[in-house]
Amino acid sequence: MSALAQVAGRGARLGMPVAPALAALVLALWAVAVAAPGLLVAADPDATDVVAALRPPGGAHPFGTDELGRDVLSRVVHGARLSLTIGFGATALGVAGGLLLGLLAASGGRRLDQLVMRVQDVLLAFPELLLALLVVTVVGSGTGNVLVAIGVAAVPTYARLVRGQALTVIRSGYVEAAAALGVRRPLVVVRHVLPNVAGPLLVLATIGTGTTVISGSALSFLGLGAAPPAAEWGAMLSDGREFLATAWWTATFPGLAIVSVVLSVTVLGRHLQGRSTRGEGRP
Amino acid sequence: MPETLRLVPRRLAAGVLVLWGAATLAFLALHLVPGDVVDTVLGPGTAATPALREQIRLDYGLGDPLAVQYLRQLADLAHGDLGRSYQLGLPVSQVLEGQVAPTVELALTATALALLIAFAAAVLTAGRGRVVRSLASGLELLAVSVPSYWLGILGLTFLSYRFGLLPAAGDSGPAALLLPALTLALPIGGVLARVVRQELDEASGRPFALTVRARGGTERTLLLRHTLRHAALPVATLSGWIVGSLLGGAVLTETVFARPGLGRVLVTAVTSKDVPVVTALVLLSAAAFVVVNLLVDLAYPVIDPRLRGAGTGVAV
Repeated sequence: MSALAQVAGRGARLGMPVAPALAALVLALWAVAVAAPGLLVAADPDATDVVAALRPPGGAHPFGTDELGRDVLSRVVHGARLSLTIGFGATALGVAGGLLLGLLAASGGRRLDQLVMRVQDVLLAFPELLLALLVVTVVGSGTGNVLVAIGVAAVPTYARLVRGQALTVIRSGYVEAAAALGVRRPLVVVRHVLPNVAGPLLVLATIGTGTTVISGSALSFLGLGAAPPAAEWGAMLSDGREFLATAWWTATFPGLAIVSVVLSVTVLGRHLQGRSTRGEGRP
Repeated sequence: MPETLRLVPRRLAAGVLVLWGAATLAFLALHLVPGDVVDTVLGPGTAATPALREQIRLDYGLGDPLAVQYLRQLADLAHGDLGRSYQLGLPVSQVLEGQVAPTVELALTATALALLIAFAAAVLTAGRGRVVRSLASGLELLAVSVPSYWLGILGLTFLSYRFGLLPAAGDSGPAALLLPALTLALPIGGVLARVVRQELDEASGRPFALTVRARGGTERTLLLRHTLRHAALPVATLSGWIVGSLLGGAVLTETVFARPGLGRVLVTAVTSKDVPVVTALVLLSAAAFVVVNLLVDLAYPVIDPRLRGAGTGVAV
């Protein structure tokens, strides 16, 4: 893992395409796991076999088995669906909410801008995880609710970025020119503001997905997300925790899965960031 | 620093505004929760006479119009009254009493460790060759990509259970504090190390660094007296973020290590829908954020003399 990180770190620094390519490959593999886990593993993730409980890695079970004799590798692969749906879904929700609020604040006049920004100030004062926990308290636990909670908690960060970018564009000469030509405001936003916001937003969202994947698994780990026996990485970590003294593999492999995703999106995000800042002529 | 002190009232007002917003949000959360509060207070499957239900309603002040409840909650908060737990029937302040110290102890230890890790890593690698630097940035990347609670689990598995190096759980002395604090500190340290190293590198290329070197100052003097001071600024700016990470991280770390503390209380409260406890903790975290940012604003001119005369303070 550290060799991979070293390669990735060096790649991110030098702008070599090796690390981002590797990261994209890892994410593609996880995408397959989400879409068709059967292609990667044959074993049923929910099939219990009490005789083969807590077997160490090896043989028919490369990642070992858990306390009910379920194949850990299969559960890690199948767990991608829930874990990544929460992580990527929450980011999508945060980006959508951030776009809406940010554009509204930037283009809707001073009063509205002030209001939206003051609300953002309040929300940014809360740690994201605590804000998500507050939302879960209100809407209840479960996979969908956790997705919503983490997504809502991420909105302020994106809204702030969108507003800042949008204001720069709106105050620029070409938007003034477009307005002078009689182009209507909504069209200006779509034609000029959105394309300029999209780049930085994509970078932030890519890196932010690392955070939402971690938060999602964390809430499941706390027992607020996916309910057992569903395969989900955070929930698997929580289960595996009971057997730390005897079976290290049950809590190790789901964690490695999370790290591989977070590492990949971070490397990819930093790569995109490096490219976009170089594009603007900065070192 | 009269200029800085003149800014304090404005900063305070902004902070109070944020806290007022936070309190409003807490009030909304309290009333948005679906279902009858009385059922939550009674617990699942408990039958009660209508008279008792009415009594509970009165006890929690739920009979009054929403506007009255809202104003009363604000007034209570202004007096330091955080409300009353649904589950325990006690004032929230009493529920939190005794839980504050373990969390603060954990958070302060983790902060010290994170700063130590960040500055040590940055000082050792800044200005070094390519191999050292890519190794460092790789490790930093790893530190921010690993969920801290999983790190705790790994630490327990390998350090405590397999090799018996550190105690596994509980709150017994400095040894039991080390592993939780370290898992909490590593991701924060990873982020800070990156920031500090970038700042050190940038500062050592500035004209003043050349001046110091030309005057015959050693690299050590340059680092200790000049560039480190530059690196302290972005770390100060990140203080609010650090506090947030510590509080969010404490929720998970305390659960993993079965430590007492505010994080554990929060998890229990979220699970049992004890909204007053949840909102109180969220409010306290916002208050901590506001106070820390205020202190940081005051500390800027101490760190950076250039800001002492500037009447507007520094944009964060």
